[in-house]
Amino acid sequence: MVIMYVLLAMMIIAAIAAIEMEDLISSVIAVGAVGLVLSIAFLVLKVPDLAITQLVVEILCLIILIRATLKRDLPFSASGRWFLNTFIAVAFVVIFLIFAYYSVKDLPTFGYPVMKVAKFYVDSALLKTGATNIVAAVILDFRAYDTLGEATILFTAVIGVMAVMRRIGRKKIGEKIEDENE
Amino acid sequence: MNKEPGMTLIVKTITRLTVGFILLYGIYILVHGHISPGGGFAGGVIIALSFIHLMLAFGKETALSKLSKPAAALFESFGAIAFLAIATLGFMGGYFFFNFFTDKGEPFKLFSAGIIPLCNIAISVKVAAGLFSIFIILVLLKFKTDDKKEDK
Repeated sequence: MVIMYVLLAMMIIAAIAAIEMEDLISSVIAVGAVGLVLSIAFLVLKVPDLAITQLVVEILCLIILIRATLKRDLPFSASGRWFLNTFIAVAFVVIFLIFAYYSVKDLPTFGYPVMKVAKFYVDSALLKTGATNIVAAVILDFRAYDTLGEATILFTAVIGVMAVMRRIGRKKIGEKIEDENE
Repeated sequence: MNKEPGMTLIVKTITRLTVGFILLYGIYILVHGHISPGGGFAGGVIIALSFIHLMLAFGKETALSKLSKPAAALFESFGAIAFLAIATLGFMGGYFFFNFFTDKGEPFKLFSAGIIPLCNIAISVKVAAGLFSIFIILVLLKFKTDDKKEDK
């Protein structure tokens, strides 16, 4: 359990560093450090599927964020109604903690799940599907509806990005669409 | 800025050596998704990362000659429709997402587990093409205005 506390402390430190950095690229790299430590935490908790997915998605997000922030001078506004913003944020955190206190109390203790549904999967996954990776058997056979929803989410994300970034429909006179060549 | 697109010679040489292995590792992860950790989503992201690696090192011409924008759109739609088609084929056995292979095959072999490898392949095609097209859209598309009134 000690290594989990070390990893959690590293994640919190990296997250605070990501907020406090002045430079935008340093901040993005600190966010990437949070994700990489999280993938190590998944590996320590013996979830290699999630660790692989977290690692590769984190690398992809890091590349996209760095390439998107590298040549733009994004406005960074730290002024304004900071008192109201801080008050709202603290209020939401307090409300969340109150609800979390009552709901987390009823959860089973860490590492000793009840396994009412999971016991069925562990027992019958190999017999019913023939897949030795039980995670694959669950997400693509028993719970394939959820995977269909995930695929739909990704499809919707691509369509949404295209709809936001594409401005062909309202192109003005003298405006050219150019691909950056690098 | 020099005329040749992409990064320096060191990056190009290393990319030429490694990008094939990255693509191969992605295909390995996705094909063995029902045997070992991994699966369609992770394999698809690694395949998309190999194309993004090519684009970052060699510029957009090389990467888009390997997988063009219409081809990426086509592959993403094809992956979605293939996944839905596999799901609908389950009606042969009675219900949606039915694992309709009666012979599930021997465990720990590559050809086993019924529809799960097919679903993995469909999802990975969809994820690879979708994430690559998101990268193209977010990074490459720029809008230049000639009149200075607009970008104030």
